[in-house]
Amino acid sequence: MTVIDRAWAVDDQVALRPEPFGALAYHFGTRRLSFLKSPELFAAVRGLAEHPTARDACLAAGVDETRLAAYERALGTLAETGMIREREPVRR
Amino acid sequence: MTLVEHFERGLDAPICLTWELTYACNLACVHCLSSSGRRDPRELTTAECKSVIDEFARMQIFYVNVGGGEPTVRKDFWELLRYAVAHDVGVKFSTNGSRITAAVARELAGTEYVDVQISLDGATAEVNDAVRGRGSYATALKAMGYLSEAGMHGFKLSVVVTRENVSQLDDFKALADAHGAQLRLTRLRPAGRGADVWDALHPTAVQQLELYRWLLAHGDGVLTGDSFFHLAAYGEALPGLGMCGAGRVVCLIDPIGDVYACPFAIHDQFRAGNVRGAGGFESVWRESELFAQLRGPQSGGACTSCGHYDSCRGGCMAAKFFTGLPLEGPDPECVLGHGEAALALVDQAMELPKPSPDHSRRRPSRTCDESPLTVIAG
Repeated sequence: MTVIDRAWAVDDQVALRPEPFGALAYHFGTRRLSFLKSPELFAAVRGLAEHPTARDACLAAGVDETRLAAYERALGTLAETGMIREREPVRR
Repeated sequence: MTLVEHFERGLDAPICLTWELTYACNLACVHCLSSSGRRDPRELTTAECKSVIDEFARMQIFYVNVGGGEPTVRKDFWELLRYAVAHDVGVKFSTNGSRITAAVARELAGTEYVDVQISLDGATAEVNDAVRGRGSYATALKAMGYLSEAGMHGFKLSVVVTRENVSQLDDFKALADAHGAQLRLTRLRPAGRGADVWDALHPTAVQQLELYRWLLAHGDGVLTGDSFFHLAAYGEALPGLGMCGAGRVVCLIDPIGDVYACPFAIHDQFRAGNVRGAGGFESVWRESELFAQLRGPQSGGACTSCGHYDSCRGGCMAAKFFTGLPLEGPDPECVLGHGEAALALVDQAMELPKPSPDHSRRRPSRTCDESPLTVIAG
């Protein structure tokens, strides 16, 4: 399954700070700072834990379906850098 | 709007906040940015520092760069460090290593959210001690040894690049690697006492090119705090934002609570307010006139017609200010040589701006220390 179809959550050691362009994400463990460059990406990331898949989180955040590939790449980078981590999918 | 354009208009809270906790220092480095030495009697109290930390937590300032002076000489340093960490405010502190014992190193290694930066300005005692004082190389190396043994992986070895040590970059890298540390290189600024030695110590044009190539070759593996964005005019951008963050994403709080646009601009002209004021730090950051001005459109002045202006953005505001150059014009170390030409026009008789508070301990003795440098008497 690809990134967009799996279940994710923001890592416990990550803090998100809203900014006019989107948000800053800071990982206290790796001391890495990432820039979420759209309010939709911020909303999607913040909502990851409440949705069964990243796709649902993105759509709930108002991401246009045609833009999903770009958001999947962004989420992939966040996963590689430990900002978000995969979790067990919750059955509905 | 691009990310950099957002940053130029300022953020709700700084990304990189430096907090000098004290002007007291047990060293007297010739290039000290904050002209440190003696403690200022108006220094923020423990309670005041804690309320500043509370504000950081409210504003979601993820971490602060703590320095001085030598921050660890404050009696409440460790108490403040624990307080910050307990409130989810990470701390990276700079130290000369003199207070880092084996026991302290173990405690630091066991504390999340804390990072340590050991300052060293020569890969050999000879080069380092000429700038930082006799014995300071041995002190720093001992501290690095303790941190390494304690398992404090990835602590920083912080080096100000000078004419004397620019040939030692590989040695610094090896020294950092051997200790499980990460190398951090920053630019020598003509700020504080650095203004007195800048002419003698700033890298030559040939050395700047050498440094640029070295930085490109090492990429993300070496930290620079976005110090060298003026070198981008050589062609390729270096990792980082590539812009002056003063008052936009960066600021400095000094030991008495004064807020300045950046750590290299401790001067009345760049003071935005004080954390002891009614609205605290937050209102200074969000409402000060100076910061509003820095976040407005900037004029490139003489640089606007240069084809490289988009990459170097005119360079460092503080470096221009303290060398007597106009703020809208080339950096004194402009890689195209425009800075040198501009410096030649600065009236020799003109008095250069001095950093406002000078806490140097023994000002006259700077002319008779053992440094091989030519030092202009304060």
